[in-house]
Amino acid sequence: MIRPGRDDDPDRLYTLTGGRSRVGSHSFDLVTLVVSEAEPTAGMQSEHARILRMCRNPTAVVEIAAELRLPVTIVKILLGDLLATGRVSARHPSTLATPDVSPPDPRLLEQVLVGLRKL
Amino acid sequence: MDSASSDRRTERTPLGRSAENGLKIVITGGFGVGKTTLVRAVSDIRPLNTEEIMTRAGEGVDDISAVRDKTSTTVAFDFGRITLNERTVLYLFGAPGQERFWFLWERLFIGTLGAVVLVDTRRLADSWYAIDRLEQHGTPFIVARNRFEGPAHTLEQVREALDLPGHVPLVDCDARSRSSCKAVLLTLVKYLYGIAAAQQNPEATP
Repeated sequence: MIRPGRDDDPDRLYTLTGGRSRVGSHSFDLVTLVVSEAEPTAGMQSEHARILRMCRNPTAVVEIAAELRLPVTIVKILLGDLLATGRVSARHPSTLATPDVSPPDPRLLEQVLVGLRKL
Repeated sequence: MDSASSDRRTERTPLGRSAENGLKIVITGGFGVGKTTLVRAVSDIRPLNTEEIMTRAGEGVDDISAVRDKTSTTVAFDFGRITLNERTVLYLFGAPGQERFWFLWERLFIGTLGAVVLVDTRRLADSWYAIDRLEQHGTPFIVARNRFEGPAHTLEQVREALDLPGHVPLVDCDARSRSSCKAVLLTLVKYLYGIAAAQQNPEATP
């Protein structure tokens, strides 16, 4: 399968994130929904601008990564920049509020059942 | 330069503005068992493909200096999406079940509701490792046999071959069929509901 634009050039990935190599303390999940709080501005890094356009409606981290054709970790670093400057907000999944191994709230699972039955 | 040249982008179907809670279900299993087919059958969107960095040792990375040191590689996975209601959206992840990926999956899929292990009876051994890891990790899962042409086995024979505990649901499915895949997901979520309800109110159900 050809995936244009998705290359493995390590230096490119490193440059995209301004040389910062760690995901900050903001823990974005794969399914954290990101919402733009600002419009792109002139001179903004193009990936940041694309994220802001994409997230006018809530968009999951994993969808942003697919759209930008970048690894999830890189996208989380880019999102951390935008979050730190108030340009995006993050809606984290409710299931992360509970410890990993505890089962989800039955009421949530009821909602899932209702939604799936409508498929 | 960021341009509108990508057709894919115009195909994007955004979520409604009130969407606030993302949920995860993982579909795992051996190579070619039908994970992406299943995701496609029930997803609201065409399945998308993305990737994550992992070290050559098979661990997920938080530190992308590993990228620069070339001690890392990337792993691709597919996902689809089902909008459950105006606030809740379910993401389905197709995750290859091979041993070397599991450190990464366990990190990425924290908080997952549960998993579906898709099996092909011609290659049952491909799913042993995934089942082991899910059990060890305490992630609830069901097993779905994707129907391929081949020698007929009863589900009981499959259960035995997988050494699957009696409480784990085992169902047949056709990963190409939306209604069949919907039934698989419903089986998983009903099973999860039973576990959650029993834990919340241990005396209510036997």
